[in-house]
Amino acid sequence: MPIDRNGAVPETWTRVPGAEAAAAARPLVPFAEIEAALAVVAPGADLGVEVPNTTRYEALAPYLDRIALVSIVFPSFSDGRGFSLARQLRERGYPGRVRAAGPLIADQFPYALACGFDEVDLPEASAVRQPAEQWIAALQVMSSTYQRGYRSGGNILDQRREARRNFAGGRP
Amino acid sequence: MYRYDEFDERFVRERVAQFRSQVARRLDGSLSDDEFRPLRLKNGVYLQLHAYMLRIAVPYGTLSSRQLRQLALIGERYDRGYGHFTTRQNLQFNWPKLKDVPDILDLLADVEMHCIQTSGNCIRNVTADHFAGVAADEVEDPRPTSELIRQWSSLHPEFSYLPRKFKIAVTGAEHDRAAIAAHDIGIRILRHPDTGEVGYRIFVGGGLGRTPMIARLVRDFLPKADLLAYLEAIMRVYNLEGRRDNKYKARVKILVHEVGIEAFRAAVEAEFAKLDGPTVNADPAEMARIAAYFAPPAYETLPATDAAYERARAAEPEFARWADVNLFPHKVPGYAAVTISLKPIGGAPGDATSEQMRAVADLAERHSFDELRVTHRQNLVLPHVRLSDLHAVWKALVAAGLATANEGLITDIIACPGLDYCALATARSIPIAQSISERFGSYERQREIGPLEIKISGCINACGHHHVGHIGILGLEKSGQESYQVTLGGDATEDAALGVLLGPGIRGEEVPDAIERIVDVYLRERQPGEVFIDAVKRLGLAPFKPALAGAAKELADAD
Ligand code: HEM
Ligand code: SF4
Repeated sequence: MPIDRNGAVPETWTRVPGAEAAAAARPLVPFAEIEAALAVVAPGADLGVEVPNTTRYEALAPYLDRIALVSIVFPSFSDGRGFSLARQLRERGYPGRVRAAGPLIADQFPYALACGFDEVDLPEASAVRQPAEQWIAALQVMSSTYQRGYRSGGNILDQRREARRNFAGGRP
Repeated sequence: MYRYDEFDERFVRERVAQFRSQVARRLDGSLSDDEFRPLRLKNGVYLQLHAYMLRIAVPYGTLSSRQLRQLALIGERYDRGYGHFTTRQNLQFNWPKLKDVPDILDLLADVEMHCIQTSGNCIRNVTADHFAGVAADEVEDPRPTSELIRQWSSLHPEFSYLPRKFKIAVTGAEHDRAAIAAHDIGIRILRHPDTGEVGYRIFVGGGLGRTPMIARLVRDFLPKADLLAYLEAIMRVYNLEGRRDNKYKARVKILVHEVGIEAFRAAVEAEFAKLDGPTVNADPAEMARIAAYFAPPAYETLPATDAAYERARAAEPEFARWADVNLFPHKVPGYAAVTISLKPIGGAPGDATSEQMRAVADLAERHSFDELRVTHRQNLVLPHVRLSDLHAVWKALVAAGLATANEGLITDIIACPGLDYCALATARSIPIAQSISERFGSYERQREIGPLEIKISGCINACGHHHVGHIGILGLEKSGQESYQVTLGGDATEDAALGVLLGPGIRGEEVPDAIERIVDVYLRERQPGEVFIDAVKRLGLAPFKPALAGAAKELADAD
């Protein structure tokens, strides 16, 4: 079951081969089969793709306006490429859902959300050891971090700027 | 010096709580050992040969007396009464217990310190010129830039699971004392030749280890305001494209080498162009806020010479000998920077006892505006001492056993922990350093030889920087025996060069003799005023080769 910032959420996507995309309500197809999927799904229907973390943003770009979910595969939790790919998607304006699929650990959840992921989808073995509460708890640990421009709520640099502005009596 | 504000303070406190929770989740089985390992490493906790080791960050090598006293306390309470200063300007404890680590982290947070990212595949503690704010050849103090990078790189959401570790070094001076060419990213602060604007020159892809490489120029001039966005572009290219199939090929130097610097630069510039710089960069007010902490201390207006100092020199030759070697000129008249050598003749390079740390802390408080530095050459520095105070400082150092007069000389040796502590070692390095130090212990002889840097590593990972030692020594294992390779001509400065192998490996006992023969060749061949490294560059390796020949033959016979 995927986990998002509010906890476990029901899985609404069904993994199917590209050519069978029309058979599922919300098909999740391998990126390599996206052309086949696009050939069969109704225009405007939800389509998800599962992409290896070696996929370049440029390869995804032509399809992004047809894709409702990009699921980036983490082969292991220590392979951080997915963080950069998600960040590129967000920086360049992708509005859909972005999922991290693989054996991540709860401590990575704040990083994943900051880089632009909406949810993680864990393999059974990880999910059993690390229930949703641990993922939610991980979000509470560091109240703010230093990097600007990430989706991590109020970062320290901007909070300092805000404090300076207030101190200066509202002058910019 | 930088002081934490409420945000920095909360950050390190929360980070300690996070580590406690990580330890607890390892113990209750939520985290597997594989999953816990990188979390532990990112908090500086390493598993060594005999015990855990804890690596404490000393950002850009700057410490206050209060901080050093706290380190002394930790050394006493949780270790064996001493600590080890490393080539990355950090402090390492060799014997803490894992269960004590969260308490140690609390004690560190009490004095605005931490162990964040002193290990692991992330951006490591940023290092800088240890004479920052002191040296006359400085365009700008590198510490505000370093502090900005420290903050930006801490718990970075995108760059905490890199292919491999990543080290950044900054210098603001013409003469490179921070070895920036040996780092993944080297930053030089300089003035634009046409406009006079202060900005950055960025190098990338340096590194030592088993495939040593000198960093390449990636950006000739970067406006200061763009620093974080540009670093982010470099890191992103590396994170996405760096090799992950082989940990020995995972450093950015290999990527730069494989794709070529032009292609790497093009990828970085393309990423930089797409990045929304203003949302990423620190605003000028933030940079000014940080820089204000590094404003020069309240120096007195003093004459360039001091009569009491001159009298003490004349009266006490021992003092004069020390002052001749261990002082560095200060840009402010009437002051000097003092190097406190942690290389007593025959001692373990970089070790300091808790008592010694306290003695140094007292001196910093009394005589150096409460500030001190750790150098990548494993020594300490009192950066701003009045000439008239030097004699008192020296006397206190003598009493603490810290007055060895050998800065930059042949016994000022860098050595990694080697087989005495390290699980990866193939040979001893500390005992080799000790035997060379004893052989060349005479002050007169060291002065006659002049500046000469020996660097020793106990395995191919090169923690002891042997590749950039004027004389580099690498300990390997050959058919069950320790075998030492000697390289010549390495250089960690702006003329960075990798040492070249002089000949076949020799036995540990032979090393002092071999070094002596190398030095003899130099003394015979040198031109007036020519230092060792320049002589090696002029002469090449050939005249030095015979120095190893006899010893190597012995090892071959013993095989
Ligand atoms: C248990 C102790 C240690 C272990 C297991 C260890 C491990 C390693 C490894 C595996 C490398 C090679 C990394 C690579 O090439 O990618 C390395 C490099 C290095 N280590 Fe250590 N190390 C230890 C202690 C130290 C200490 C005490 C220092 C400082 C005195 C240090 C400073 C360095 C430096 C400067 C490098 C070379 C950096 C470079 O390749 O750019 N290490 N270490
Ligand atoms: S060079 Fe080798 S022996 Fe020395 S500390 Fe590094 S890993 Fe250990």
